[in-house]
Parts: sequence; structure tokens; C-alpha cells
Amino acid sequence: MLELNHLHLGYDTPNGLKAVVRDLSLRLDDGHIGCLLGASGCGKSTILRAIAGFEPVRGGHIALDGSVISSVDIQQPPERRGVGMMFQDYALFPHLSVADNVGFGLRKRERSARRARVKALLDLVGLEHAAGSFPHELSGGQQQRVALARALAPEPDLLLLDEPFSNLDVDTRERLAFEVRDILKQTGHTAILVTHNQAEAFAIADRIGVMDQGSIVQWDTPYNLHHHPADAFVADFVRREHLQERRARAFLRGTPAH
Amino acid sequence: MTQMLGRMRALILADKERGAGWLMAALLIAACVLAPIATLLWAALDGSVAHWLHLAEFVLPNALKNTLLLLAGVGTVVTLLGTGSAWLVTAYDFPGRRVMTWALLLPLAVPTYIVAFAYLDLLHPIGPVQGAIRTVLGYDSPRDFRLPDLRALWGAVLLLGFVLYPYVYLSTRVMFLTQAASLMEAARTLGCSRSGAFFRVALPLARPAIAVGVSLALLETLNDIGASEFLGVQTLTVSVYTTWVTRSDLAGAAQIALSMLVIVVGLILLERHGRRRQRYANTQRMKPAEPRRLKGLAACAALVLCMVPVTLGFIAPALYLLSETYKRYAEIGALSPQLISSTLNTLKVAGAATAVTLVAGLIVAWAGRSLREGAPNTLARSCARLASLGYALPGTVIAIGLLTPFVAIDRAIASALGTSGLLLMGSVTALVIAYVIRFLAISVGGLEAGLARVPPSLEQASRLLGETAGGTLKRVHLPLLRPALAGAALLVFVDAMKELPATLLLRPMNFETLATWLYAEAARGTYEEGALAALVIVVAGLLPVILLARTTHRIGQGG
Repeated sequence: MLELNHLHLGYDTPNGLKAVVRDLSLRLDDGHIGCLLGASGCGKSTILRAIAGFEPVRGGHIALDGSVISSVDIQQPPERRGVGMMFQDYALFPHLSVADNVGFGLRKRERSARRARVKALLDLVGLEHAAGSFPHELSGGQQQRVALARALAPEPDLLLLDEPFSNLDVDTRERLAFEVRDILKQTGHTAILVTHNQAEAFAIADRIGVMDQGSIVQWDTPYNLHHHPADAFVADFVRREHLQERRARAFLRGTPAH
Repeated sequence: MTQMLGRMRALILADKERGAGWLMAALLIAACVLAPIATLLWAALDGSVAHWLHLAEFVLPNALKNTLLLLAGVGTVVTLLGTGSAWLVTAYDFPGRRVMTWALLLPLAVPTYIVAFAYLDLLHPIGPVQGAIRTVLGYDSPRDFRLPDLRALWGAVLLLGFVLYPYVYLSTRVMFLTQAASLMEAARTLGCSRSGAFFRVALPLARPAIAVGVSLALLETLNDIGASEFLGVQTLTVSVYTTWVTRSDLAGAAQIALSMLVIVVGLILLERHGRRRQRYANTQRMKPAEPRRLKGLAACAALVLCMVPVTLGFIAPALYLLSETYKRYAEIGALSPQLISSTLNTLKVAGAATAVTLVAGLIVAWAGRSLREGAPNTLARSCARLASLGYALPGTVIAIGLLTPFVAIDRAIASALGTSGLLLMGSVTALVIAYVIRFLAISVGGLEAGLARVPPSLEQASRLLGETAGGTLKRVHLPLLRPALAGAALLVFVDAMKELPATLLLRPMNFETLATWLYAEAARGTYEEGALAALVIVVAGLLPVILLARTTHRIGQGG
């Protein structure tokens, strides 16, 4: 379970501390997928980097499964937090094959266990045939799936996704958003996604936080955001969702549940 | 409309004809560069079998062993120093870091023979450094305590390493600067500590750049004659020199030079392989990592670690040269006539070499560019690559390889004109030709890069407005090439000033350049006279370093 408690983030300038995130609190239960939704510059990526341990905390604290990992006094190093991350540019290691990329975080396991896990993950994301390929030989969508497999391999307590679909074309983007949700629900991972695109947010998340200039205006289920917006800002932001909802339903038309 | 099309068609046809002339010239230039290699092969085969056996038994094994050990040692030292300093200065932030980023390049200004010259005097048993150590330890005379003699293989390895590491530092730093931050962060989210991420991600990705830097440093090591000889290491270069100068054995010298060529080929392959892998390791332009701020003891340690190679490779020799020059000219107060004449000679030869190299480079680069699609273009491109091989050929190899053609040409001219004189052999022209062969790569590379920045549409526009091909070159491209020409001219001029091995073998009688005069003084043991010459060379050598530092800085800014 992820808990952000009155979190303040900012950076130093010659004129003092410039706040990026002000007094932000949220709770995400195990197995849920959360999403921070907002325009560029609202501070959502900074929150993600703070959870990962790349950004110092100026006030409040971040707790994972009850223990504080980031606060003004405590800063646990990233490699020990048990937090996995998918980057906007995928950050696949160009000098390693797909299989070696996925197995990168599994150094501590012995070889047969590592190989089995890599194979299981590649099967999960549908890339069994690409184990020996190198990142530059894959398409954008395939690279993104390798990045997902790699982040999931060490079984992190929490998965962070930093605008993972922004480098893809519109069709691939929507399709992958649904696929990633299915995979995450299947494995039961807790995840938090950051994006400016409402279609992705509504396709993936159980809880969405609409952000404006460093604070969360409303943290709620997609249904509530749509039908019971807290104020005019949220209503405005989500109104465009109407069309996306229809598209989503059209996309799912013909599948057993719909 | 049809009039325009007709005009275009005529221009394209005329273009092909113009291209042929330029291509011929480029082929001729490339042939000249390859001439030394061809001569060596021929001269080596000319020697008798007994000759070969004698060499193989007495001369080659020792020289080969020394050279290979020297290369291995220098390779290790430059890799450690270059990669370590590049990483320190890119991944961490500490007071003085920005100065260090360009200061680490300074040893490039010091040629190998000058660093040997400076340290042999500095660390002389009766010199200041050892004297100071003895006072501290409480000894009186050199007989009681002396540091191990620098004149050994390990001394050469260390000195050359400290002066050649900037090649590795430069290429590795550029590589680190263009690596994405997200790669290191990704490694850390997967459980790597900071040092783990360096060894498992940053370093493997930088391997191609390290390979390129190491091969350049090793080519310089192979080329060196001054340091090896002063330090008493019998390398292949020294063997070539002594075989020719003391025994007048051209075939023998050629055979040794050939074995050097084999090593050169290996190093070129290493560099080409490195450059190819470098290209696909970086698929996108990504944001580089923020350096991590160090405080207190760690920051001090980082600064000190960076200062060590800068001090040993540049500051110590430079200060030594300054103090020796001051000492000498405080008591004498005048420049000796030999110094003045050497300087004039150097300026003359370097100036002539620069002019010819620029023109030849322009011809080769323009030939590669002026033709459109089709087979002739690949031929022109290969000309450019062949003409650029000279940088890899050690100066002694070029000199030995040019001796036979020069004599042959001299004989031909003498019999044709009925004179008896030596025209090329022992003339300044021979020296200039050798310099051009060695430094052509600089001007070809610089001008090719400059031309690539000029869009083809400019030439097409000029031609359609009625200008000829040659006129376009003069009115459109040359003005736009001014920075590239200036940069290439600077690099060639300074390199020609510093050149020693080829100059020693090909210079006319009683003709000294700054470098050869310095070499002679050092061989005689009269160090003070040569200090000013060395100082002039080092100061001149600072100019290309400044140029390099500014280019790297621009890459760091993302420009």
C-alpha cells in the first residue's frame, strides 16, 4: 500500500525554494492501479521520481507498506526500495539483448531460476520470439513491452509508469493501455501511472487524481470523476472524456463481457 | 519551363565532365599517400634472405618485444586515466570541476619527446626533486639514496601514459555526455548501486569510445622516437632510425618499418570497429544525467584525483620549462643564433606544409562531393579514405618509404636535364611532402565535415544562375568553409611544428627545426638551451587544445 502524506516537493533557485508539489496526500491500496492526470508542468512526474528516490522530499513523507521510504530526514536509496519503473523513453540497455535486459534486475537469483522467470515474463508480454533481439531491432510498442517485463521481473512492491505511452502513435497507445491493465491485474501488482492523456488514464486506472499546479483536485474512481466532479476544473478536464468513453465501448464491442 | 529543364540537363552533363578532372587529381593525391607503403613492400622484398634472417634473429625480436610491451603498458595506463577522469568529471560535481573538464586536456599540448626531456632533467639524481626528497629523508649524497632510474620500459610507459591519456579522456567524455540519464536510473530501480550502474551500464556503452581513444594514443606511441630513445627503450621506431642512420641499410630499415605497418593495421582496425559500434549505441538524443554533488572529503578527493594527471602531464613539465628558460635568459639575456634559425626554419616548413595540405585536402574533399549518384562517387570516397591513411603511418615509416621514390625521381630529373644535383633528396620539399602525407587526414576530415554542412541546393542555385563549377567553389563554398579551413590550418600547423621522427630522417644538412634542435640538445645533455624551444612548442600546442575544449563544451551544452 502506497501512502503520500502532506508531501512537499520543490527545487532550489537563487531566490529560495520553488515549490513544485504542495501538501499532496493520497492512498493507493494493494493491487490497485492509480493515475496522476494533469497537464505538463503540474508536478506529476516529480512525484513519481520522488517515490522512486530520485527527488528529495521537502516536507511530509512517502510510506510503502507502512514503512517510511522518503521524508525530510530519511531518503532510502532507489535500489533498495523495491520500486520498479517504466520510463518515458523506455531506457532499454542498448548493449544487452531483450532477455538480458529483462533479467538485469535478477542478478541475485541463480541461473535456472533467472532464466525461467525471464521466459515467463516474455510470455506474459507476448515477446517469446524476441528473446535474442536487441532493442534497436524492435518497434516502439515492442520496446515498451520489454520495458514492462524488465520492471516486473524483480517482483517490485510498486510499479511506476512515467508517461509510458507518449512515444507511440494513437492506435498503439490505446491498445497497449488496455493490455497493460490486463497484465497488471493478472499479476496483481500495485501501480501508479502518470499521464496527460485522459484516454489512457480512464483505460488503465482504478483511481485517478486530477492535478492542477502541484495539488490533487480530486482523487476518485473514473466513474465518480465523470459523474460527480468536485469542481469546475475537474468537470472541464473530464468532459472531453465523453468521446473517449464511447470509443472505449466501441473498442470493446463484441467481446464477451460487453 | 522546358527551357529550365534543358538548362538543368546540360548542367548535369557538364557536371560529370568537371567531376572527372577533380577525381583524377584526388586519385593522384591518394596514390602519393600510398607511395611510401608500396615502396616499403618493394624495398623489403629486395633484401636477400640472409638479410631477413639476420634481422629476424638479432634486431626484430628485442625491438618487437619492447614495442609490444610498451603498447600494452601505455594502453592500460591511458584507459585507466582517461576513463576514470572522464567519469569523475561527468558523473560528479565538486568545486573546480568545470576547470578540470578542460584542464584534463592540457597534456595534449606536450609532445612525447618533450615530456621525456623534462622529466629526465627534473628527476635527475642531482636534480631538485631528488635533492628535496633526500633532504626530507636525511640523506646526503646520491650514492646513499636515489629513486629508480626513469630510463626503463616502465618509465616510458608512465610518461607516455600521462601525456597521451587525453585521447581516451576526450572520446570517453563525449560518450558519457551523450548517454541518457534514464539508463542509469533504470539500472538503479532494478537494484544496482551507483558503482554497479557504472560498471554494468555506463562502462560497456562507452567501450567503443574507449577503443577509439586507445588506438589513437597507441598510434602516437608507435610514432614516438624522442621519448623511447631518451629513455633507452629499443622500440621498432628507434631500430628503423639506427638501422638507416648508422648502417645505411635501407632494406633492413624497410623490413622493420613493414613490421610496424602490421601493428598499425591492427590499430586502425581497432579504431574503425570502435567507431562503427559507437554509431548504433546511441539511437536518440536524450537528456544526460545530472552530476551528483560531492561534499567535504569526497569533493577534495575527486579534485585531487583529477589534478594528478594534469599536474604530471602538463603543469610539472611546463613549469620546468619556464624555470629553465628564465634561468638561462636571466644570465645570458640573448637568443642564440641557432634558436632563431631553427624557429625560422620551423615556421617556413610548417607554413608551406599547411598551405599544401589545405589545397590537397580541398581537392580530395571536393572531388568526393562534386559528383552525383553512381560509381565514380564511391571511387572518390575511397580516395578520401586512402588519402587519410597517413595519420596512422609513423613518421619514420613515411620517411623510409619516401627515400627510394625521391632518389628515383632525382635520377630521372638529373638524366633528363643533364644536371647532377639532388633535387628532392635532402631538400625542404622532401620534408614538406612527408608532412603533407602525414597530416592530410586532418584537412580532409575537417573540410569534408565543413562541406557536409553546406546544402547541395546552394550549389544547384549557383549553377542555375549561370556560375561555373570552379566559380561556385570560389564564390559560394570557400567563404562558407572559412571556419573549417581555419581549424584545419591551425591543427596542421601545430602538428607540423611538433613533428620529430620524419624530420630527423629527411631534413637537409645543417637544417634544424625547433624539434630536431631540441632533440640534439637533449642528446648532448645540455638541457637549458633547448628549454625555450620546448616552451615555444608547448605554447603552440595549447592552441589546438583550446579549440578542442570549446568543441567538447558545445557538445556538453547540447549544441
